[in-house]
Amino acid sequence: MSSKKIGDVILDVRNISLKFGGVNALTDISFNVREHEIRAIIGPNGAGKSSMLNCINGVYRPQMGSITMRGQTFSHMDSHQVASMGIGRTFQNLALFKGMSVLDNIMSGRNLKIRSNILLQALRLGPAEREEIMHREAVERIIDFLEIQAFRKTPVGQLAYGLQKRVDLGRALAMEPQVLLLDEPMAGMNVEEKQDMCRFVLDVNDEFGTTVVLIEHDMGVVMDISDRVVVLDYGKKIGDGTPEEVRNNPDVISAYLGTSH
Amino acid sequence: MRAAAPAMREKEYGIWQTWTWRALASMVEQIAAGLHQAGLRRGAHMVVVGANRPRLYATMLAAQSLGAVPIPLYQDAAGAECVFPINNAEVAFAFAEDQEQVDKLLEIRPQCPQLSHIYFDDPRGLRNYDEPGLAALDELQSAGKAFAALHPDFFADEIAKIGPSDVAAMFFTSGTTGNPKGVVHTHDSLLNRARAGADFDHLTDHEEVLAYLPPAWIGQNIFSYAQWLSCGYVVNCPESSATATIDLKEIGPTYYFAPPRVFEGLLTSVMIGMEDAGALKRRMFHAFMRVAQRVGPARMDGKPVGWTDALLYVLGNLLVYGPLRNNLGMSRVRVAYTAGEAIGPELFTFYRSIGVNLKQLYGSTETAVFVCLQPDHEARADTVGVPCAGVEIKVADNGEILVKSPGLLKEYYKNPTATAEVLTADGWYHTSDAGFIDAHGHLKIIDRVKDVGRIQGGAFDGAMFAPKYVENKLKFFQHIKEVVAYGDGRDRVCVLINIDFDAVGNWAERRNLPYAGYTDLAQKPEVYQLVRECVEKVNADLSADTLLAGSQVSRFLVLHKELDADDGELTRTNKVRRGFIAEKYQPLVDALYEGKTEQFIETQVKFEDGRSGSVSAVLKIDDAKIFAPVRAAA
Repeated sequence: MSSKKIGDVILDVRNISLKFGGVNALTDISFNVREHEIRAIIGPNGAGKSSMLNCINGVYRPQMGSITMRGQTFSHMDSHQVASMGIGRTFQNLALFKGMSVLDNIMSGRNLKIRSNILLQALRLGPAEREEIMHREAVERIIDFLEIQAFRKTPVGQLAYGLQKRVDLGRALAMEPQVLLLDEPMAGMNVEEKQDMCRFVLDVNDEFGTTVVLIEHDMGVVMDISDRVVVLDYGKKIGDGTPEEVRNNPDVISAYLGTSH
Repeated sequence: MRAAAPAMREKEYGIWQTWTWRALASMVEQIAAGLHQAGLRRGAHMVVVGANRPRLYATMLAAQSLGAVPIPLYQDAAGAECVFPINNAEVAFAFAEDQEQVDKLLEIRPQCPQLSHIYFDDPRGLRNYDEPGLAALDELQSAGKAFAALHPDFFADEIAKIGPSDVAAMFFTSGTTGNPKGVVHTHDSLLNRARAGADFDHLTDHEEVLAYLPPAWIGQNIFSYAQWLSCGYVVNCPESSATATIDLKEIGPTYYFAPPRVFEGLLTSVMIGMEDAGALKRRMFHAFMRVAQRVGPARMDGKPVGWTDALLYVLGNLLVYGPLRNNLGMSRVRVAYTAGEAIGPELFTFYRSIGVNLKQLYGSTETAVFVCLQPDHEARADTVGVPCAGVEIKVADNGEILVKSPGLLKEYYKNPTATAEVLTADGWYHTSDAGFIDAHGHLKIIDRVKDVGRIQGGAFDGAMFAPKYVENKLKFFQHIKEVVAYGDGRDRVCVLINIDFDAVGNWAERRNLPYAGYTDLAQKPEVYQLVRECVEKVNADLSADTLLAGSQVSRFLVLHKELDADDGELTRTNKVRRGFIAEKYQPLVDALYEGKTEQFIETQVKFEDGRSGSVSAVLKIDDAKIFAPVRAAA
């Protein structure tokens, strides 16, 4: 890990506030993400972690604040734009096409990269066919990377949960993202599946240089694989720093363990 | 011509990639030159550890072409298990497939300080490793390429220095007790046996073979290496171990080897699939399988069959057997072998009846596999065939099989005592198997010589007890996965049983029997009833055998966990370690003989991720009916 090169700030979130009616989901949150790092967002249930990711991802529009991605500043993001800027994500409760094969699900992640039009594809004309072969190669590399060769043609709905999570990651990787947002990638997994997933996240970060922003509940995992950690509680940022710093932060300790009054 | 023919294929990125003999030769030359530059010399040992991949085989060839000796190790062995072989053979060079294997070698490096060079095939995850002597095989190969360009004659010169009596490879046997032993084979012993086997079955360069068993096992090394080089056929490497059955269908091998448990697994999956099929398909399947059982084996043995049967079989072949063979990936199989363990008669007959030429062979690491083989028309479930070319067989007074063959081991490495025990001065190899040659000249194996015991006291005082024979008979039932039998020096036979979780789980589901996992299922009274029926069938069968009537099982229990190699209960080749299990499960064995009806047991288990925990349960013990020996009418 020591030889990893962490670059400049690639994603900068400033003073984000998000309200649903009278509920303050996020209040004045600022943090940044550096290129090639693994950045974790942690916090107790309802702290606003997924809301934060949804703001970056363009699913929610924050009422205040700005998000800067590689020098371009936005008051809110738009999902399409986010994807074309190279931000990919996975979902907490999976959003896969259950009836489609693993291969097709991952191929759907290549959507934005496909250039030939629907007519060319339907007729399987030369350029469309060549393009499909190219995309298939990219998908096959991901299948190899995630070690799911045995399930290439299996409908996703038939796979075990841990494998579905892997396919979800595969689809996000298919768009060759520069920044990957992972919403609880290890939720509901057993120890062995968690170890596998950790290895994949580290390998993605290492082999492709992908910047990773992840939400995770398992503290062991977070402390092991993250470079820096943001801690949220009741929509407010209460800590930010290396795992070591966060671990020793008294606010964080009281948010997780409670304090005596 | 041959240079452009395919030598190896490997499925990668969803496509079968081909290496021609020419491409393979230049890869071997480059790796060899690289290894030479790095300091690998004649007679030195090199460890290779990993799954079947073209570059693993190329590295073995490269080491051999330098006169060095490759030692393949089991890729799923724990790090600690690799320490002995590496130190015993003073290994300085290693080939590791991927990060997993590299981690394993690095972990044991403090105990093996001489291990100075480790080359890896797959660089994934190894980018940031900064260990001395660790390098990518790619780097080695490109260094070798430069060297070979400067010294074009180097490779041919090195190969010319090798003679047939030079050591070719070393295989560590798993060994049920003590340290493993390195079995030393020469080029001549391996190639001679490879040729004998190939001649016996008329193998050509058109065969297709799937390399899916561990390269450290001598069988894999004969089928996918020695015979590959000797015949020049194509060896196919699967995409990953999980895809082997899919790849088997795609390749359609013509020459196939599998231990009985693989054939059993395939049959179980077919049967489970058929239970879920529609009523019409199911009835068609069962009707034609009855025809197959009646007609198929006779057809395979080249005996005449009636014309109605012949016609029915043709129809069955069209509707059931053909599609089934295709589904199993055996459409093109010309010769299939099984060995290593006894195979159940039903299982054996099933494959032969649907037209797969399944046969048995007899051999071991020490004999470079081929000792006995079954000729095409004489395959039977209870024998292992006739001695093949160059082999002499003799039965010693204690029933032990002795073998003389050009394929015998040279020695156990650095272990003259062990060598002297098995290889006597008159050239006979002592197999430690007990058996006899039957009336048709076929060899029949009963058990290990040291395991054959005597019942003492009780109704069968002094009767012969062959534990493996009993265990195998029980294991032939699809619901029973593993059995450990005790009886030597005791008044009766008792067994510990492992149910087959897939088969029994499926059986339970079909009769709406709820269970909460392996331990719970194992202790269901219904499961005990099922197992008792199996035990009593075996007893009925044994009672008909005058020699072995005393081996009938009087009491049994079903274990709460699967016996596992990781817990030391099975060897790496999945054979039960009876003595070790007797110690580990002492309370259970005692309870069986003390006549208790249940017993509490707690056992340590190792999980796949290396952590350990414990499993505890109260196990029921049940009695089985013993049959009076059937005596020939006076």
